[in-house]
Amino acid sequence: MKGFSLELKDVRKSFGNAEIIRGANLQVPEGERFAIIGPNGAGKSTLFNLISGRFGLSSGDILLNGESIRHLKPYEINRRGLSRSFQITNIFHRLSVFENLRCAVLWSLGYRYSFWHSLSQLKDAKERAEAVLEEIGLKRRRDVTAGLLTYAEQRALEIGITIAGGASVILLDEPTAGMSRSESDAAVELIRKVTVGKTLLMVEHDMSVVFGLADKIAVVVYGEVIACDTPANIRNNVKVKEAYLGGHAPAEVTP
Amino acid sequence: MSGMLRYQPLNLARWLIWGSFALILLLAPMVFKHGAALSLLSQMGTLMIFGLSYNMLLGQGGMLSFGHAVYSGLGAFFAIHAMNLATAGQLPVPVSMVPLVGGLAGMLFGILFGYVTTKKSGTTFSMITLGMVELVFACSLMFPDFFGGEGGISTNRVYGNPVLGITYGPQIEVYYLIAFWLFISAVAMYAFTQTPLGRMINAVRDNPERAEFVGYDTQWVRYLTLILSAFFAGISGGLSAINFEIVSAENVSAIRSGAVLLFTFIGGIGFFFGPMLGAIVGVFLTVMLSDFTKAWQLYLGIFFILIVMYAPGGLAGIFMMNVRLLKFGKFARVWPALWKILLSALVAVTGLIFSVEMLYQRSLEASQDPVISVFGVVLNSAHLSSWLLAVSLIVLAASVLYSAVRVFKPYGLRPILKSKI
Repeated sequence: MKGFSLELKDVRKSFGNAEIIRGANLQVPEGERFAIIGPNGAGKSTLFNLISGRFGLSSGDILLNGESIRHLKPYEINRRGLSRSFQITNIFHRLSVFENLRCAVLWSLGYRYSFWHSLSQLKDAKERAEAVLEEIGLKRRRDVTAGLLTYAEQRALEIGITIAGGASVILLDEPTAGMSRSESDAAVELIRKVTVGKTLLMVEHDMSVVFGLADKIAVVVYGEVIACDTPANIRNNVKVKEAYLGGHAPAEVTP
Repeated sequence: MSGMLRYQPLNLARWLIWGSFALILLLAPMVFKHGAALSLLSQMGTLMIFGLSYNMLLGQGGMLSFGHAVYSGLGAFFAIHAMNLATAGQLPVPVSMVPLVGGLAGMLFGILFGYVTTKKSGTTFSMITLGMVELVFACSLMFPDFFGGEGGISTNRVYGNPVLGITYGPQIEVYYLIAFWLFISAVAMYAFTQTPLGRMINAVRDNPERAEFVGYDTQWVRYLTLILSAFFAGISGGLSAINFEIVSAENVSAIRSGAVLLFTFIGGIGFFFGPMLGAIVGVFLTVMLSDFTKAWQLYLGIFFILIVMYAPGGLAGIFMMNVRLLKFGKFARVWPALWKILLSALVAVTGLIFSVEMLYQRSLEASQDPVISVFGVVLNSAHLSSWLLAVSLIVLAASVLYSAVRVFKPYGLRPILKSKI
């Protein structure tokens, strides 16, 4: 029996008096691809920030591979095998593309805070970074300063940094936001390729991306997970239809 | 991937650069023979180490410290006490190893103060460092036994038996000691930039949040970098203790901290060798220029502002930009306009200096002879003709400058002055 990679237990988060996440429950089995959808302001990104340690929980618990990560800092959570991307591109803009990726693999390869290794001697870090470079299709842009890449390239690099460390649980926050049709098709292919054998949780607005990638879809409305099922079932779920069409912020459910 | 052929150059360029750096250090005193020149070279050497160590924070880590002199200054105090103890026969430290005492002391205080300062980054970090330098400066007046009060602590660097005939009495021997430590420190600090920690401090500078999400505790990255930087600052402090044979409260002051910030920025924080250029300029401005004119701080201030506004890459940035132009064979296209700019700038600066010197003469030495000589030109600050000369030089040069700069309008001034930092 497969265990759960990620488990949310009655997670709550308040900012001041406003309760944004109101008792969210979710179980993501190992190796599955989950998409989180929901109207604007439902708390999808907040949920991501809670899982990755960017914000602290108000109450409830989050388990990563069966262990609580509630009180851990982002870097501690990352070291336990969870990696995330950001909705707004979050890269090391003054470093080259290659250096961005090399930075992302250093900790996982055990080099920690070393100032006694020479980077150029670290074959494994170089090879791993080159391999990711190839995977995300930026090989020709290897030595370009990351801040000078096109938007789509930066998004690809964002995903590259996220997966480079070899984390087993990947969180992607709107990986195709702001992309053209063809760009987002390419991004879907990339995501599919790099998350093989990994647990994936993604927030996404683009329904064609969601239905193309996800094994299961979790619908978040007003800080709660109101449904979590296969794409086909979600499409016919009455509660979901109500949530989307019944007076909340509109969003297309049809692919 | 595995079948990919990669050309691995032997890094000849790097050997060449470090080799010629060593050669320059060796030959410099033979070219500049004067006793005064040797003293200047020695000061440049210590300031280079100090600037390079400061740039580990500012350029590589994005940490704008206002209190870096704390580490070099305290390093200098420990070094000078070590020398005095050694003279008294209580501590077996040869002069050549005194910089190491300074370095270790600097490192110790880096461990102590750095833990507090690096808790935060950005503006908060700067504020805390400013508070810290004031604290240490205040302490220096409170503990006269250690800091020597107003007069400071003095020493005599000639002690113990000479090794291989070296007594460190003559300045030339001190110069070579400084050159030796400068070379070692520069190589070590350059090597640091090529290590995992050295790269991660760049990452933390660019995007601390993302650094956390690839597994790094940003505070720890900053802290370790600061400790190492404080070590090298301490070495430079130890060397200045040997060089001047006196250390006073001024060594741990905010003024000293501000100076290293100024010179490092003028040199250029975006390139490793920038602070070295900054140190050369810094010593020239503070030591030599102050001999020539009372207005040297005004010139330094204007120079700094111009660099910050028009060439944030510093002198190193300007230099590297032109090297790139040369490399891609575009220099010939820029040159016709560039020499006009340089020449007219020179004329404008001359006019400016004329008027500044006359102003200073009128305000500070009004009772004395109004006739002064600047660059061999005799000026009379009481006569209209001298003022007309100065103003017309400025106006003339400014108009030429304006038209010359317009040539660059389509490209902007960026290609010559600015570079990525």
